[in-house]
Amino acid sequence: MNNLHASSMRADSAKPAVSAGEITVNSVSKSYGAAHFTKDVVRDCSFTIESNKLTVMIGPSGCGKSTLIRLLAGFEMPTSGTIALNGKPITGPGRDRLVVFQESALFPWMSTYDNIMYGPRARGEDNQQARDMAKFLLEKVGLTAFRDKYPPQLSGGMQRRAELARAMINNPDVMILDEPFRGLDAMSKELMWEYYAGLFEESRRTNFFVTTDIDEAIYLADRLLIMTNTPARVRATLEIDIPRPRKIADLFNNERANEVKMEALSLLHEEAMKSFSGGSRAATDFIEAYSKRTTTTPRDGKQPVDP
Amino acid sequence: MNTTTRWRKKLLSKASLRALISIIVFLVLWELGSRSKQWLGFSLPWIGQVPAPTAVLNVWEGLLGNLGYWQSWLFSLGRVVGGFLAAMVIGIPLGLLMAVNKRFHDIVFPSFEVLRPIPPLAWVPASIIFWPTTELSIAFVIFLGAFFTVVINVVSGARSIDVRYFQSAQSMGSSQWDIFRRIVLPATMPSIVVGSAVGMGITWEVVVAAEMISGGGAAGSEGGGLGFFIWNSYIGGAYEQIVVGMISIGIAGYACSTAIRSLGGFFTPWLKKR
Repeated sequence: MNNLHASSMRADSAKPAVSAGEITVNSVSKSYGAAHFTKDVVRDCSFTIESNKLTVMIGPSGCGKSTLIRLLAGFEMPTSGTIALNGKPITGPGRDRLVVFQESALFPWMSTYDNIMYGPRARGEDNQQARDMAKFLLEKVGLTAFRDKYPPQLSGGMQRRAELARAMINNPDVMILDEPFRGLDAMSKELMWEYYAGLFEESRRTNFFVTTDIDEAIYLADRLLIMTNTPARVRATLEIDIPRPRKIADLFNNERANEVKMEALSLLHEEAMKSFSGGSRAATDFIEAYSKRTTTTPRDGKQPVDP
Repeated sequence: MNTTTRWRKKLLSKASLRALISIIVFLVLWELGSRSKQWLGFSLPWIGQVPAPTAVLNVWEGLLGNLGYWQSWLFSLGRVVGGFLAAMVIGIPLGLLMAVNKRFHDIVFPSFEVLRPIPPLAWVPASIIFWPTTELSIAFVIFLGAFFTVVINVVSGARSIDVRYFQSAQSMGSSQWDIFRRIVLPATMPSIVVGSAVGMGITWEVVVAAEMISGGGAAGSEGGGLGFFIWNSYIGGAYEQIVVGMISIGIAGYACSTAIRSLGGFFTPWLKKR
């Protein structure tokens, strides 16, 4: 069914073709250090990033998510286990899996347009088709007026959108996003969620999105992978079947969203507690954040009223 | 028209006014000091020996029509530009190579680090012995002044490039050469500019000593460069000329630094436009 959807997108000539990829991670471990001082960051981790779906991975900070991303991208190789894209093992970085990094990794010495055109030019494809595509994407991410600006001249949200465009022009099979909206203020963050969800719904490209923000995770995800603390592995997988397009208000009004949130939070809390007894710094942070979140005020701006 | 108004605004700004006041106060204090040889009843052990600014200006005015004086400018400027360009041409590729290739770095860096702390002035005698002509000896010392600074800036600049830039570029299908040309080079450019600006300053510090010791070059006693001009004035007892030479070097150095800065701005447009 998903394939049908993807091929109907391809048939539509106004829209660029979208590739679909599925990544299978099979009992992957990654440890750092030498001889007797190795530390397992990822241990016996298995999961699938299903094609044409938005898979979100959530876990306490420092649990090894970024390591997993480096493995998926091919910047590093697993110590054991295999990672495959569409059945083919991953041996290095490639344009079929593009990473959008935590803080902007746009090249500051290139204009927005040149940043977006980086991929095509790197492959010697600076042709009319690529230029049209860049124009199309600039419009899509609302940066046509900022085409010739340098990244430092853009706001945080604009930089993230430019980076999305820079990745999308390469038409990757899988887009990998490592906490891309971290550091944005709450307002821009919610705008970026809506924006990014819209882009995804239009293309239905396989997306893998890593975050520590439970609201972000639930708003965006088709499937939610909840990670254990280090060494990282998947603790649970939740299907989030809230219909798209979603609204930010769904996060608070939708019963299913609240159910998932409670479930996810209790699992995450358990994980954090486990490593808390082990004295992990990340766990302490997480528990602090968790206790804040459960006493959060409603979004309509009113103070909570005692019954 | 727009440019003239901008310039007028710049000249009449508070910052310019402060600069003007600063220079005037400095000159007045200097003038008073060298005339009276005493301030508030205390005799001044040093400033009294320095010729007064009016006397210096007088001598300077006489020198403006002197071909030898302008020749000194030309000689020094030529040596500085030559040594500096040589330092750039050799230093930038060397620095980049050291940053990009670890094996090359491991081989070259130790020798480089041993030679780097040696002050350019300490090279003067060796330089006189090694090079066949005086002119080459001078140019070599000037070259050394800028060279090490340029190299060390390029290496540290290129080595501190964010690894995510490489990862992004690699993911998008860049070849090694493409990464070098479109990532390493522009990412290092700000460090190259800083290294050149600092290196240019050092060349002017070095040119004087090099010219003094090497004896002025082939063009005769009057054409040995600004450094030689100062040394020669000292030998001849023309103290006002010493000060003229010093200020001339100050002006020349300032002009060169300004030129480098604006050239640097041209090569790093993304840093300026905010």
